[in-house]
Amino acid sequence: MTVAPRLDRDHGQHLLHQMLRVRRFEEKCVELYSAAKIRGFMHLYIGEEAVAVGIMEALEPKDAIVATYREHGHALVRGVSADAVMAEMYGKVEGCSRGRGGSMHLFDAATRFYGGNAIVGGGLPLAVGLALADKLQGRECVTACFFGDGAVAEGEFHESMNLAALWRLPVLFCCENNLYAMGTAIERYESETDLALKAASYEMPAWTVDGMDVMAVEGAARKAAAEVRGGMPCFLELRTYRFRAHSMYDPDLYRSKEEIERWKQHDPIAALTAQLQEAGLLSAGDIEELERSVAEEVEAAIAFAEAGTLEPVEDLERFVYWEPPLPTPAEEVAAGGDSTDESATA
Amino acid sequence: MSASAMVTVTYREAIRAAIREALVADERVFLMGEDVGAYGGCFGVSKGLLDEFGPERIRDAPLSESAFVGAGIGAAMGGMRPIVEVMTVNFCLLALDQIIDNAATITHMSGGQFAIPLVIRMTTGAGRQVAAQHSHSLEGWLAHIPGLKLLAPATLKDARGMLAPALADPNPVLIFEHGSLYNMEGELPADAGGCDIERAAIRRPGTHVTLVAYGGTLATALVAAEELAADGIEAEVLDLRVLRPLDDSAVIESVTRTHRAVIVDEGWRSGSLAAEVSARIMEQAFYELDAPVARVCSAEVPMPYPHHLEQAALPQAGTVVAEVRRMTGADG
Repeated sequence: MTVAPRLDRDHGQHLLHQMLRVRRFEEKCVELYSAAKIRGFMHLYIGEEAVAVGIMEALEPKDAIVATYREHGHALVRGVSADAVMAEMYGKVEGCSRGRGGSMHLFDAATRFYGGNAIVGGGLPLAVGLALADKLQGRECVTACFFGDGAVAEGEFHESMNLAALWRLPVLFCCENNLYAMGTAIERYESETDLALKAASYEMPAWTVDGMDVMAVEGAARKAAAEVRGGMPCFLELRTYRFRAHSMYDPDLYRSKEEIERWKQHDPIAALTAQLQEAGLLSAGDIEELERSVAEEVEAAIAFAEAGTLEPVEDLERFVYWEPPLPTPAEEVAAGGDSTDESATA
Repeated sequence: MSASAMVTVTYREAIRAAIREALVADERVFLMGEDVGAYGGCFGVSKGLLDEFGPERIRDAPLSESAFVGAGIGAAMGGMRPIVEVMTVNFCLLALDQIIDNAATITHMSGGQFAIPLVIRMTTGAGRQVAAQHSHSLEGWLAHIPGLKLLAPATLKDARGMLAPALADPNPVLIFEHGSLYNMEGELPADAGGCDIERAAIRRPGTHVTLVAYGGTLATALVAAEELAADGIEAEVLDLRVLRPLDDSAVIESVTRTHRAVIVDEGWRSGSLAAEVSARIMEQAFYELDAPVARVCSAEVPMPYPHHLEQAALPQAGTVVAEVRRMTGADG
């Protein structure tokens, strides 16, 4: 049995720090979007931070992540640098997808971050396959697959749940139920709105978690990840809410101001802050220090992105087919490369 | 000299031998699809492989094309070398999101971070009276997509030889097996192995006209060429073999020699591979042409069930012969 997370000072502040990183990063993204530094579709995670932060606590570096187009938070918390994410939003070569993906397609091989999938439900089959590869190669890894409540209406959800359960594949299905598929409320598109109940019909452990409570999410994730490592896929329905519109184009006309305000009373960052303060684990000075370090990180990321380079147009058609990475100067030296190459002899 | 012994095999057996060889050679390879195991493959291609390799590597999948094709993509990204079998090209429509939005895009969308070493095999084509949901040739449609590679083995040698290099390729490769070819029988060297998957091949040399074909229409073109030879018209038959990326130079070289081209394509004419090849000839060899490029394609109708209507819808050797006679002035 796994141990429930303990709310000590270091861990509590670590969770708060992670949520603040996502929140402040995205708040800055809104400004940068207005300033036309970031273009295209951009979907904010503001309000839902406890989900990614809590789930990632249960994952190890060897585990894999498949996320959606609302994935800035997942990437940042997973360990993709704010620099690389921001440069990606700017469309720069230094971005985590070399600028080719943008906000919706963050990828990072080093942290096993497999996107950034912007077709609702499209990431689930991939997660099943990654888990199949791990199982066939005898690796005890978890593939955490994030998707929204809207994905539950897709055939790919049902096909993937069935396949994962049938083949006992190590997938942790993380359904971020923010109650809306873009602008359509869940009771207007699902015949059964208890998503954990639906998932349980695939013969896998499934339960509902308060997605606004980071400690609850972490506890559930640890329990679920242990099940998954034991050879059984798991499904978590994380009840959450996005405070901002679906995307930057969304006038948000389909839900009431009162509803949004009601949910804001459950802001995961405010909730954890209060909890830590009550327990005497967070001083005003601590908060100031956390905010300062986060602001510094975000400012540095913007500076990094601003200073980044745009891919030359001549390279437009690169990476349509896979190309072997160019050797680094050090590798060229090790391979006894051309000694006239200045970079190799420097 | 030690010429390798020849063995008599069918197209089906040649593919099976290639799959078997891949499974033996590389433990990362596995076969996944509907009825590939206990049933032995819808067209009998994988018969016997379940007994030899077991259910982990010969993996029967539920009727969930999107999930098992997507799982193939994920498994390829996770270090495996999956061979995914989709029963027919019509069924791959249920997996188009995975094929186009993931397999064809992830390498580019990730800035080149991820290879997708995946092979998807599927049956294509008509001629067996299985009507409008099991007969279409959608290769041209899929050949539209950057990021994919498409192969059409039309010979025993290609049926035997295309799989190994396709598995070695770091990109998603789609292999189209024409349903009318599975029983085709002939001789192959016992030690036949991999072949190139870049170039088109001349199956019959000729000087007066180039017949461009692939997959199921290669036989049609060869029959037409025989008939034309009786009239003293020597047709060169070019088998495209690789449908994306197209081997332009082979087509252009041949047309530069013959100055005439007829493209024989089982796809519908509108927006077809035949249209693409025709456009490339026009772009690259316009002044070599003695006659406009002609196309013999399927009639623009969902494939009908009755034999006579199905045959009327499909490209026929007689139509090819008539086109060539018309363009060479030998028709009257």
